[in-house]
Formats: sequence, C-alpha cells, structure tokens
Amino acid sequence: MSRITLAKGLNAGLRKAMEDDPKVLLMGEDVGKLGGVFRITDGLQKDFGEDRVIDSPLAESGIVGTAVGMALRGYRPVIEIQFDGFVYPAYDQIVCQVAKMHYRSRGRSPMPMVIRIPFGGGIGAVEHHSESPEAQFAHTPGLKVVSCSNPVDGYWMIQQAIACDDPVIFLEPKRQYHADKADLDETATPAPLFTSRTVRAGTDATLVGYGPTVKTCLRAAEAAEDSSLEVIDLRTLSPLDLGPVYDSVRRTGRLVVVHEAHVNLGMGAEVAARVTEECFYSLEAPVLRVGAPDTPYPPSRVEEEYLPDLDRVLDAVDRALEY
Amino acid sequence: MTHSAGDSPREFGPDLAEVFGPSQRDGGPDLVQLLTPEGERVHHPEFEVDLSAEELLGLYRDMVLVRRLDTEATALQRHGELGIWAQLLGQEAAQIGAGRALRRQDHVFPTYREHGVAWCKGIDPLDLLGLFRGVDQGAWDPAEFGFGLYTIVIGAQTLHATGYAMAMQRDGVVGTGEPDRDAAVLAHFGDGASSQGDVNEAFIFAASYNAPVVFFCQNNQWAISEPIERQTRIPLYQRALGFGFPGVRVDGNDVIATYAVTKAALQRARDGQGPTLVEAYTYRMGAHTTTDDPTRYRLSEDVENWKLKDPIARVTAYLRRMGLADEQYFTDLAAEADDLGARLREGCKALPDPRYIEGFDHVYAEQTDELVAQKAAYQAYTDSFENDQTGAAR
Repeated sequence: MSRITLAKGLNAGLRKAMEDDPKVLLMGEDVGKLGGVFRITDGLQKDFGEDRVIDSPLAESGIVGTAVGMALRGYRPVIEIQFDGFVYPAYDQIVCQVAKMHYRSRGRSPMPMVIRIPFGGGIGAVEHHSESPEAQFAHTPGLKVVSCSNPVDGYWMIQQAIACDDPVIFLEPKRQYHADKADLDETATPAPLFTSRTVRAGTDATLVGYGPTVKTCLRAAEAAEDSSLEVIDLRTLSPLDLGPVYDSVRRTGRLVVVHEAHVNLGMGAEVAARVTEECFYSLEAPVLRVGAPDTPYPPSRVEEEYLPDLDRVLDAVDRALEY
Repeated sequence: MTHSAGDSPREFGPDLAEVFGPSQRDGGPDLVQLLTPEGERVHHPEFEVDLSAEELLGLYRDMVLVRRLDTEATALQRHGELGIWAQLLGQEAAQIGAGRALRRQDHVFPTYREHGVAWCKGIDPLDLLGLFRGVDQGAWDPAEFGFGLYTIVIGAQTLHATGYAMAMQRDGVVGTGEPDRDAAVLAHFGDGASSQGDVNEAFIFAASYNAPVVFFCQNNQWAISEPIERQTRIPLYQRALGFGFPGVRVDGNDVIATYAVTKAALQRARDGQGPTLVEAYTYRMGAHTTTDDPTRYRLSEDVENWKLKDPIARVTAYLRRMGLADEQYFTDLAAEADDLGARLREGCKALPDPRYIEGFDHVYAEQTDELVAQKAAYQAYTDSFENDQTGAAR
C-alpha cells in the first residue's frame, strides 16, 4: 500500500506495463530525460533506455504516424501528446489511419496503441493548453476513449489501456496530476477498463462526470444541503457503459451530466439521448447538461467562469428538482 | 543576379527557369541512367549493376505483365466493373526496378498506385482490384507479403514506414551483417506528396533516428492537374540534403538504373547507414485515375516526347540488339500477358460483394457491447424485410 498522486499512479502504471511487456514503448516530446513536462514519465528512460523511452522530434503527426508503423511490427507504443491543444496536427493520422486500420485490414493489422493526452483546464495556462477534445475522438469508430479521475484509476487504467489490443485515447485530467493523494493497493483486482462506476450513492438526482469533473460532482454532492445526489464516474467515453447510469436514473428520475467540453454535441448530448431512450418513463425532468458555452477557451484569468464548478452543478440540480 | 545595394531586389534561391528549363527536361545532369531511351547500355561511376540475361528478361517480363494488368484494369473500369482505377502506365520501370531490389525480409509501404511493386512482392493482381471495385479495402495480409495496404491519404504511409523501420532497429535486424537478416523499408510516395507535412516529418524522424528506410518518390511530373513546379522550387532529390541524408535522381523509365540505385539504397539502409531519398524521374502517361481528364491541363506534345522514353520499348530494343531474346520469347510473353488479362477479366467479375454486416466484427480487436447490439439491431431490421410476406423483401 502506498499513497500516491495521479502523476505517481500513472508513472507507476507505465513502469509496471513496461516491466510486464518488452514490446511496450513510450514516445513523445520531452518524455525522456525531462520525464515529460508533467513528469509522468519521470525516471523511465533512465531505467528502460532510450530505445524504449523515445524523445521525439516536435511533430505530433510524426509521433502518431511512426507509432502506427511500430504497432504494425508488433510493438505497443504509448505516446504522449504534450497538451490537448497540440493533438490536432495528428488528427488525420489518428482518425484516418489509427482508427481504421483494424477495420480495413479485416483484423489483420491491429493497432494496440495508447495516445495519452493531458486534457482540461484550470491550470492558468496560455491558450491551446486547456482543451477538452474528447467528443471528437469518441465520435470516431475504431478508437476507444477513456478518462481517469483519480490516482488509483490512473495506475490501473493506464496498464489496462496498454494491454488492450485496440487504440485507446487516454485522457488525463492535468489539473489533478499533483492535486490529491489516494491509497494504492497494488494487489487489488481493478474493475475492467471499459466500465463506469458509481462513486457516491444518492436518491434524489444523478450526477455524471468523467476526468476532472468527477471531483466537481463529488464536491457538489457533499455541498448539497437538502438533496441526496448520486455520482457516477463514466471512466469510459467510447464505448460508453451506461448501465449504472440507467439504473441510477430509474431510481432518481433526474440526471445532470457535467463536463468541461462544449455542451453543444458534447458527450452529455449522447448520454442524454441514450438515457431518454432507455429511461423515458422514469425521468421526472429533462436531462440537463453543465459544460462550456460555445466560446473558445478563455484567457486563464477568467477560466473559472468558463469551467463548470460546484455552483453551476447545483444550479442545474435545482432546476432538475424543481422541474 | 548579383548583390546590389541599389533599387533592384536581391534574389535568393535557384532560378525557376533553370530548375525546370530545357537543361533539366530530361532529368538534368545528375540523372542516373544505365539504359538510354534508345536502348543503349551506358555506365555510371557510382551505380553499376551486373545483370545476367535471365535477370534482365525477368525485369522485362514483369514490366510487360504489369502494363497488361494496368491496361486490363483500366478497361474493366470503362466496362463498369471497377469504380475507379489508378493507372501506372509509364511508371513500370520505376516500380519493377524498385520492387525487384527488395529482399524477402524488406517491407513496403505503398501509395494506391504501386501495382508493379505489389506484383514483385507476390501479391495476386486480382487482389489489387478489390479496393477499386469496392469489395474490400485491401485484400492481402501486409505481414505475410511484406507489403502494406494501399494508402489513399497522400503521404501518410511514409510515417508508417519510418516507424516500421524504427521497429526493425529495435528488433536487431539492421546492420548485423547477415544478408538474410538485415532488413529495410521501402516507402513510396509521389511528387505531390512531397508537399505534405507527413512526408517532411517522416524525413525528419528517419534522419533523427537513422532509420533503415528508403524514400522512393516517383516524380511523375503531375499531381492530378498540378505540375511539379507547383510543389517545389528545387529538384526533389536535392531536398534530402536539407534533412541530412543523401538524395539520388534516377531515370525512372530505366529499369536497370532504378534497380541499381534502389538496391544500393536498400543495402545502405540494411547496413545501418540510414535513410536515402530516391527520386525516380518519370512521367504519368495516363490520367491520374480513370476519373481524370489530363487534356484539360497538359500538352499532348509533352506526352508525345515522353513516349519516346518508354520504359518497355527501350528494353525491347536492347534485347533485340544484343540478341538476348528471340521472336519466340516475345510471342510467348504476349501470350502470357493475354492469359493474365483473361484471368483478371473473369476474376474481377467473380469477386464477391462483401456482406456489410460482417464489418461490425472488424472495427475492434476486442469487440464492444455497443457494436454487438448495433449488429443485432441491424440484423433484426434486415430480417424484418425477409420475413415480410407482402413483397417488400429486399
């Protein structure tokens, strides 16, 4: 048992995956000597060598495209995109090549690759460093998309994503990297990767979040004085695992989905549509979404106005309860 | 223009008239050529190859047969049997020369036009038609043949090739000195692709890691309607130096020279000496694809000039002059080409349509509950028509 941050959990998980499988390679900008700009790969090049922890030229399409070639020869590349806003130069390789390779080859050329992306805001960064592009990847068949919300999940989920034979977009809430600590039991049996989890029981309304907003939802649930709120951590965005959400909504009748990404055509829209299909007669109020308006990410001095916070979540809960 | 402190602006870089002018029209002074358009064997101080008569006849047969494959496929498109076809006409020497320079353990990353290289790697030409007929998106196993699936997005495969070469380095199959072990990657692209970011990033990665990859650019002068002048201000092979590895321009209509240069470049890569750019200087005699109309943008005079440099005719002339093949040989080869054509015509029409529903099983290696449910729903929907007795069956 050890007490770890999300950064440490991911680091330990990567280390374990590299120990377990010599085909696992890490590649990205500054992942070697520096250990990544967030230190997630700290110490790994020293222990596994420059052939397995590869500092790449500064070209995101190049990183993903060469990782495709490595995967085609049987390696399991784990690549780091330094910041969410830097993934777009690699978008073509991810969407046209990585996502489709298994389908077009009819299973002959699997793409066991993990694309790690620190995502979300709240760190006072300059533009392009605080984005939430998850829906763009979840919209693409052939990719799997997950997001960890806490240190223990970080440790297990990164290993499970690496072991997966499909390409996984792995979204890490960068604001949480060095924030909270949790107890890790390395001997525990983790939940399967592509499952969501109820993290707080409640009876009056259901809150759904993932990545950085799980903490926001939990704080809102704790702060709610007159109502009992259930909180579900989606963990997997593609495929979605909404069984626990349906069960919850059938009991509470009310659902609020919370993410940092734009509400318009975001993950919340898909969750709302599916919940409406599955739980139509259980709903006491429309499914509400809390997320970003249709403005680009603002200058960091006002980012807290843009990001969903406790008050905005509780405001939505009130609207759902009063409906 | 010399430097001037006066009114006239300073000029930097090469003069376009020089780069694309008359002195360069035949490939310029650096063009590596071993067989002239007239079929005369010439020598080059750096690139020499000693081909037996049998080997040369082999290259010739390959070119004749892949031209027939191309002709048949073009005709099949005109008959509506293929949705589209990307013709290789005029590029036979570039592709066969490169393809025959490969060893079994080498791996190829093609564009969508590398029918001749696929032929050299032993892929059934019938399998090449599937993508263009719309029955599959690549019928062969890339790992089995050492030949990747055709790549439609221009230049994307050059990065895959570079990553694959980096994986070879990690597998310890570069620079060991064992001929059957050391391996390299052959990455194909065209003059249009040379403008893509991916190709330039591939150059940078390959140079940075000294990866065993040969970048083989078939400069066929045209990217659909855009001439080479729209892509570059300098001859493409000269770009390699800026990335830190050698570039060679070879006569892409000369199968002997293409073979010799590619062979040397591949060996250099296998030996651990890093990447090379080979620019095969050739010409797209046909359209970009069967949907294209090149009469809208280029002069028939240019095409006529390039006809004089035909890759097959020059070998025919050489074989006849040297007495390396008799009339019976040419008659037999023509018959073999006819047989191939017949097989392609019949085989193409017999290629079965895929079942859309099977695709649900190929999206992921590890199937998802979501797709299982979608597949079942699709099946139930289609079954509802088959069970419908009112005549609405499909």
